Amino acid sequence: MRRTLLCAALLVANVVYANPFEKQLTNGLRVIVKEDHRAPTVVNMVWYRVGSMDETDGTSGVAHALEHLMFKGTRKVADGEFSRHVAASGGRDNAFTNLDYTAYFEQVPKRALPEMMALEADRMSDLNLGPKQFASEIKVVMEERRMRTEDDPQSQVHEALYAAAFAAHPYHRPVIGWMDDLEHMTWQNAHDWYRTWYAPNNAYVVIAGDVNHEEVFRLAEKYYGGIKPHRLPERKPRNEPLQLGVRRVVVKAPARLPYVVMAWKVPKLKEIETDSEPYALEVLAAVLDGHDAARLAKDLVRTGKIAHSAGAGYDSMMRGEALFMLDGQPIEGKSVVDLEAALRGEIKRIQEEGVSAEELARVKTQTIAAQVYKRDSVMAQAMEIGGAESAGVEWKNIDHILEKIRGVTAEQVQAVANKYFNDDTLTVAVLDPQPIDQAAPKQPFVHHH
Amino acid sequence: MIKNLFVLLLAATAIVAQAGVKIEHWTAPSGARVYFVENHELPILDVQVDFVAGAALDPSGKAGLAGMTRGLLDAGTGDLDEEQIAGRLVDLGAIISGSGDFDRSALNLRTLSSKTEKDGALDLLQLLLNKPTFPDAVLTREKAQAIAALQQADTQPESLAAKRFAAAIYPDHPYGASPTVESVTAINRGDLVVFHQKNYSAGRAVVSIMGDVSRHEAEVIAQRLTENLPAGEAAAAVPQVKLPQRETIRIPHPAAQSHILVGAPAVKRGDPDYFALLVGNYSLGGGGFVSRLMNEVREKRGYAYDVHSYFAPRKLEGPFEIGLQTKRSQTNDALKVVESTVSGFLKTGPTESELKAAKQNLVDGLALRIDSNAKILGYLSTIGFYGLPLDYLDTFPAKVNAVTAAQVRDAFARHVQLEHLVTVIVAGE
Repeated sequence: MRRTLLCAALLVANVVYANPFEKQLTNGLRVIVKEDHRAPTVVNMVWYRVGSMDETDGTSGVAHALEHLMFKGTRKVADGEFSRHVAASGGRDNAFTNLDYTAYFEQVPKRALPEMMALEADRMSDLNLGPKQFASEIKVVMEERRMRTEDDPQSQVHEALYAAAFAAHPYHRPVIGWMDDLEHMTWQNAHDWYRTWYAPNNAYVVIAGDVNHEEVFRLAEKYYGGIKPHRLPERKPRNEPLQLGVRRVVVKAPARLPYVVMAWKVPKLKEIETDSEPYALEVLAAVLDGHDAARLAKDLVRTGKIAHSAGAGYDSMMRGEALFMLDGQPIEGKSVVDLEAALRGEIKRIQEEGVSAEELARVKTQTIAAQVYKRDSVMAQAMEIGGAESAGVEWKNIDHILEKIRGVTAEQVQAVANKYFNDDTLTVAVLDPQPIDQAAPKQPFVHHH
Repeated sequence: MIKNLFVLLLAATAIVAQAGVKIEHWTAPSGARVYFVENHELPILDVQVDFVAGAALDPSGKAGLAGMTRGLLDAGTGDLDEEQIAGRLVDLGAIISGSGDFDRSALNLRTLSSKTEKDGALDLLQLLLNKPTFPDAVLTREKAQAIAALQQADTQPESLAAKRFAAAIYPDHPYGASPTVESVTAINRGDLVVFHQKNYSAGRAVVSIMGDVSRHEAEVIAQRLTENLPAGEAAAAVPQVKLPQRETIRIPHPAAQSHILVGAPAVKRGDPDYFALLVGNYSLGGGGFVSRLMNEVREKRGYAYDVHSYFAPRKLEGPFEIGLQTKRSQTNDALKVVESTVSGFLKTGPTESELKAAKQNLVDGLALRIDSNAKILGYLSTIGFYGLPLDYLDTFPAKVNAVTAAQVRDAFARHVQLEHLVTVIVAGE
């Protein structure tokens, strides 16, 4: 059964081998094109290699605030007109900011691609950022923070976890920024951010869909070719000092179910050929929580009846430092202490007994099937390329990395379980639920009006 | 890949002609209605089986039964327990998921189209639909899980608002009911067995098939999936929807933002006014950054990150809903802006330039809404379940382009009436 699956997938892989295509302009901008001619649509993305990790204390959230301001007009395109052009073409646009990057995208019928590239090129170098637009938009950003963080207990827990796990490393700060920093952010902060980081030599374009790559390269030269590169600031490593003991934080918020997250410091992917541990950690995460028959849901939710939910997460591709996380909500009658013990028990079992051949085979099957399924979405294909590149991993290596993951042995999984899951590098964050009728409204913020 | 059967989509320039998705339709010998789009570009098969078995059919006092029945279809079948089912799917690389709303309950399969995987996955889907065992132990656990989730949801402003809003706009109607601790507690195994026997019949099934199989194979698949379903009964009638009276409901909560919902029951699937409402709503609050609500509430005043409006047509009148979140101290200011924007739109309707922009986006954007197998399957199942015309996608551009500003005003006047709009505010001041 599994052999058939593998053959089918390999056949698919061969057909798409010549794709994507890449060209670098003389100003440093890289253009990556994934041709997919199934439907007459295209996704146009511009990724900037700048995220919240590049911020400094006191101006947290400026990467994300600038993302909002990028829709507020240039000298050629008035405030609000960017999205109007996209909508008029039949398309939709948006943007997202993360720890490592800031990315913008438009999904449009293919004939609108030249116009979208012209719009993106225009705002790469010619943003017309006024204090008035800033004053209005920063309020929207604060509303976004209220929605995503202040009123979301689990999000509060994750913010507290990162702040505790990283003292020196910039992942200490939340992507959306501390509320007090947003309150005191100035137009000048946003302006400086744009002038410092937005340049063709700090960006790459990912285009996927019904396009001809030669034609896209010509368009890229036409629209982006005239934009001058500039020198980027030195990026210091800001490595986290070695953690020397477990760290624990508690968040009280209106909720009913408690919640616990455990995060261990683990290596990220650096050398694609010679690294082995990041691949083993990816497989460990998949054995625990990679599919419906994986261990955590089975042992803790269905059979063990300890957790309402339980999960594992690890992303080997990061610009900064990597964490391996386990999390979950205990069921009624069990505490976060019980659930923490049960999650530790899952790691201990792998440390002592390892993983089975069947479990490894399942992880392989899942990665093969997922590779086929992702071809049903041009957005997913563009996201995969953009995400890997944001961590400094070339798109050319994406399939090779999946092969490496499929080649991981049971011994390697057991070895990383033994090596990295000790308490000295562990941070635990817990949600202590508060009844809503007793919690007072939160009013800790200074208002300007 | 092999690309020789038919062209999935015509060139994007053919915007007024047709969307080019060729939908085949037949009734299986079992009585199930089948909708099929053949496409061999990817080695993937998607199948969705919908039943007239939504939450509107929950018996009184047992809200949550339809969802629980659908949720436990993969808890056991024949000799297989839930672990064996999950394991078999993972070994096949297949995904079975469920979905449900007030009108329908569905299982969804995505599998590789290579023979071994496809046959194995379809065998399993057939077993789940036909021979669920609904084990008592799993039901007990899932009831406890559902109750915990309900209690958690009742502490979160967003779910408090949604639940209260549904209850207020659909008083004494199944569309207004939500599961409660009591209603979930009252559900027993016998209820699931009976609900499945009554509602999961071939006569109430719609099978949607998209992807890498031939017409002949699709016929065999649809028949196999449905030939051994329970005999079932005719669907119980859902009572008529009555319009609520204008009302503002405030629910205290310590959140930093108030969650505001405004709306009323509005439109049925297949209503001839639907296109006028769709086009009009684009300008009001459906068109993202170019809508009036977004412009007034967010762009001009910075009151909210998200503000939107939509029509969600159902078998009976589905809701029109406006939603936003804003800092609790400016709740009333934001609400005033929303109200004046809505009443202004009801009075004058869209301007000519708004109308043009709406049509451009809806017509030219159709290509984006059908550019993957998964998206086409979504349309296929909706067209099939609600009996919409097979050429729905082909005629969509012409129907949108034919809408006039007067038709929008007229349709809104009949479907969104200020005297029936209910407002729910959680955590306002």
